[in-house]
Amino acid sequence: MIRIEPRAPSPLVNLAVPVLAALVALLLAAIPLALAGADLGQAFALMWQGVFGSLFTVTETLTRAAPLILTGLAAAFAFRARLWNIGGEGQLYLGALAAVAVGTGAISAPPAVMIPLVLLAGALAGALAMALPALLKIRFGADEVVTTLLLNFVVLLFVQMMLEGPFKDPMGMGWPQSEPIVDAAMLPPLVERMRLHAGLLIGLVLALVLHVVLGRTAWGLRIRAVGENPAAAAHAGIPVGRTLIGAALVSGGLAGLAGVGEVAGLKGYLTADLSPGYGYAGIVVAMLARLSPLGVVAAALFIAGVFVGADSMSRAIGVSSYLADLVVAIALLTVLVGGFVSQYRLVRVRAGGEGA
Amino acid sequence: MTEVLEILANANFWAAAIRIATPLVFGVLGALICERAGVLNLGIEGIFTAGAMAGWMAAWLGAGLWGGVLAAALTGAGFGLLHALLTVPLGLSQHVSGLGITLLATSAAYFAYRTALPDVSSPPRIEPFGALDIPVLSELPFLGPALFQHTALTWLALAMVALVWWVLARTPLGLAIRAVGDNPDAVDAQGLSVYGLRIGAVMAGSALMAVGGAFLTMAAFDAFFFGMVNGRGWICIALVIFASWRPWKALLGALLFGAFDAFQVRLQTELGGAVPGQIFLMAPYLLSIVALVLAARRADYPRALLTPWFKGQR
Repeated sequence: MIRIEPRAPSPLVNLAVPVLAALVALLLAAIPLALAGADLGQAFALMWQGVFGSLFTVTETLTRAAPLILTGLAAAFAFRARLWNIGGEGQLYLGALAAVAVGTGAISAPPAVMIPLVLLAGALAGALAMALPALLKIRFGADEVVTTLLLNFVVLLFVQMMLEGPFKDPMGMGWPQSEPIVDAAMLPPLVERMRLHAGLLIGLVLALVLHVVLGRTAWGLRIRAVGENPAAAAHAGIPVGRTLIGAALVSGGLAGLAGVGEVAGLKGYLTADLSPGYGYAGIVVAMLARLSPLGVVAAALFIAGVFVGADSMSRAIGVSSYLADLVVAIALLTVLVGGFVSQYRLVRVRAGGEGA
Repeated sequence: MTEVLEILANANFWAAAIRIATPLVFGVLGALICERAGVLNLGIEGIFTAGAMAGWMAAWLGAGLWGGVLAAALTGAGFGLLHALLTVPLGLSQHVSGLGITLLATSAAYFAYRTALPDVSSPPRIEPFGALDIPVLSELPFLGPALFQHTALTWLALAMVALVWWVLARTPLGLAIRAVGDNPDAVDAQGLSVYGLRIGAVMAGSALMAVGGAFLTMAAFDAFFFGMVNGRGWICIALVIFASWRPWKALLGALLFGAFDAFQVRLQTELGGAVPGQIFLMAPYLLSIVALVLAARRADYPRALLTPWFKGQR
């Protein structure tokens, strides 16, 4: 007989589990690679090179990490309050749309005004996008998992509609894309001649801020209390609904900022294929980080590395680039299993005897 | 108004409504079985995609159409087994595991498709399920084309509604499945295996979801496209709540949804360009949210839904 027993929490295990989960996910990529007939040694070497090969590849990974940090923080913060925001993808697009609305010439001002303005607009749009499902949950008990997932589709269609309508660039040769963001509203690049932009710094600063908010403030304590046991929190006099709305606004705002970074830091204009699923990948980042804001930074770097490394490897040897998504999905499952390992241990029980 | 009546008086409209409802019937039934046993299966969106890919791929490789359906069902059951192992004996978060299954099944389907067919720009087609003209009945005016010229999979979906209802409502197995979703301790006390029942239910439900996906590539269309599932799985999760976990209400919900979706497509052609097409495309998702909000208040969730159960821990 095998019995499951709770394990005493240990910081070492808490750190080791996500690291091992990420490594196992990477190793499991060998299965689809082998099925696709790739030379495994060569494939992993190329993946490594694709991430660490040059200054360019490293900055590309950091560029990819920028939106992932923000969507990862969005998911982690909401999940801490046990609010299942799976709508990061939609909130990201609305944030990007808002940035385009204020940043393509409607207002002209110096960068010191324009940059905060597009950031604020994007955060606000994302926050409002998450406020609706949170209200529906609190007011009607409508499951926010389903509503946020469904809203992702609605938002993407809305963005397409805007890009074919009022937001369409008349100079865009008929393509459904927005006008370019004006120079004054563009986030400055961090490394000369590379695509890396200040969106990364915004993510890093916000990770620190959220770390402090969750760990050191009364509001953070309330959010954690609501997440751990809403009934007990309500009993202790915490306004559960209001706390959830607050968490929803912050979470949506963070995802909205990811969208701002992608248009105003990287692309310069909005198209309907702005995000290759950063909103969904943010969930994986949050889980890999075990919902810790500082962990999100590390997890986002890992997932970004997987995307960049697998992309460059699959281009080089002709394997489908869906390999990266496969590794990301496996990472979510391995870290989930890892969570079990860190909380429980299996104890063999002899028939009628003590655990061995 | 006359346009609306004209649409409703057209047999093709009702045929389309049933065609749109068919994959949802499979999906809602599948989700319903899982949830009745106490396990939320958010893997549905990915299982739809994997079923669509596996069914189409098997048929394309020459396994025949029913071979394709079987391949889809087995693929679904496989992903269901993974979800069940993570959430039942290990008791891990059903939300996270389900989303993980969706990401895994979707990317595995895409990866397999691209690996098998690296350089095709237009996807290869199969000979899909044809309409099964029921003798005599299909000749009836209006009712014939509306009701009696559907593919075998639509009839299978209908048969599944009856079967799932009968098993859940009228058999000891069904009683045990419902009990395991409401009060697993009682099931355990009777000497039945809580793990076995839950794992079995999730596998069966996931197989049905995958057949719903296979309908898309093997009856509704004749090829596999990226992104073709397009939220249908999530819509099913909303419809289960709308149907209060009852098979016949699930059928009704899927048909209402199908009718609404077929209606908006026709309205879109009627209004022709006066309103952006995306408004109509948004409607099914918004409708699902409305249905969810309306049903949520009085939703009578299976009591042990989302609650893991460990043997020997009361």
